[in-house]
Amino acid sequence: MATKSLKKRESDLANSNKQLDILSNGIFKNGELPTFKDKISETGQFPLKAKKLEILQINVGYMCNQVCDHCHVDAGPDRKEIMTRDTMRECLEVIKNTGAHTLDLTGGAPEMNPDFRWFVEEAAKAGIKDFIVRSNLTIIRANKKYYDLPEFFKKHNVHVVSSMPHWTRGKTDKQRGDGVFDKSIRALQDLNAIGYGMPGSDLRLDLVYNPSGAFLPGDQTAMEKDFKKALKEDFDIDFHNLFAITNLPIARFLDYLIASENYEDYMYSLVEAYNPSAVENVMCTNTLSVSWDGYLFDCDFNQMLNLPVNSKAKHISEYNEELLEGRNIVISQHCYGCTAGAGSSCQGVVA
Amino acid sequence: MSKTYYDPADLRKFGKITEWSKDLGEKFFEYYGKVFEEGALTAREKSLIALAVAHTEQCPYCIDAYTKDGLQRGVTKEEMMEAIHVGAAIKSGATLVHGVQMMNKVNKLDG
Ligand code: SF4
Ligand code: SF4
Repeated sequence: MATKSLKKRESDLANSNKQLDILSNGIFKNGELPTFKDKISETGQFPLKAKKLEILQINVGYMCNQVCDHCHVDAGPDRKEIMTRDTMRECLEVIKNTGAHTLDLTGGAPEMNPDFRWFVEEAAKAGIKDFIVRSNLTIIRANKKYYDLPEFFKKHNVHVVSSMPHWTRGKTDKQRGDGVFDKSIRALQDLNAIGYGMPGSDLRLDLVYNPSGAFLPGDQTAMEKDFKKALKEDFDIDFHNLFAITNLPIARFLDYLIASENYEDYMYSLVEAYNPSAVENVMCTNTLSVSWDGYLFDCDFNQMLNLPVNSKAKHISEYNEELLEGRNIVISQHCYGCTAGAGSSCQGVVA
Repeated sequence: MSKTYYDPADLRKFGKITEWSKDLGEKFFEYYGKVFEEGALTAREKSLIALAVAHTEQCPYCIDAYTKDGLQRGVTKEEMMEAIHVGAAIKSGATLVHGVQMMNKVNKLDG
């Protein structure tokens, strides 16, 4: 279990160019595996194009109370990149005027941004249909000042999406750190107590499952069944849906793959599981990702790889829906993570 | 030529066996795929059976494949180890139950 981000450790891989280098060389360079571009060209799906914007995903900062092994953000307590209120104001302007139906706040732990509550209060006023906050659960129990988060979420009708790697303590703590399981269970119980995740409740609580190692997620429906059964039996916990998400080979997960000598096998698994029908609905086709400093990306992964949108509008202050619609998506080999099996997005499977 | 009998990378080439006998190979893979589909048994149960049998057959490729398959299905290491014990119990039981044959023979020859 790591305690510092790659950035803090001054690891080579904290550098996004270095990551892109790895993804473009080796088995992809020597032709052992086809590049993502070649693969989607086979079915005439290159270039990938953005459709109408439906989801605006805002990353309010890379600071996090956890340092999960697989984190694609390379988040942690030592990351200082935090969205300012000024940038939030620029985002609010867009939120008020956009046709997107979903606003999705992520991080790091978004709650650690000092202006997080202000931002949620303001954004809730825009009356967007689905307002998601990606909460890692342990933050709710990390400090007294966060204990009332469930009530706060409820007040603003926030849709809570939380990660839960497994229904057993051992597998959860291995991926996310000691004590994470117990804290997460407690947080889920707190959320249930005020109505979140209960059958028929409008207070949406969904869980995200991503594998704890160098393997792909299993069938989302089957996993959801197993999670529901175990969490109900063992802890009387309810939740609505489970999103099975594939780990993309970037940042700390890439570091882990290389260090454990799983990189090539993992890339083979991704390419073997390639599903052309997932390509049609990869999330970059209806999502836009905004970084802590207001720059625009096709997705959170491209944000971490520093691959900006291919458009004249590069910053939230220059936001222009028409200009961004139809843009060519910037791709590399990490994209195979979105098209393996039933596909993967921040909302789970896509095919 | 490779210097070892088993190369982990060979598992990825399993599909190539159809190249030298298309019909039989394809029929086998079709059958194989069907066997592991959700049926009266869940795919998860079948995966655990496969893991146990992989061990009794001592096939390194199958062990790799069904360990990974189990992880993908959220199978825990405790469940995996128990499944292997089932295989081991049957293996050792099968050895020991032949002890009765030995006893019968001794009784007949030396009774
Ligand atoms: S995976 Fe989520 S909870 Fe874990 S370090 Fe990254 S941002 Fe934080
Ligand atoms: S990684 Fe990003 S750009 Fe690539 S397919 Fe996935 S969502 Fe699209």
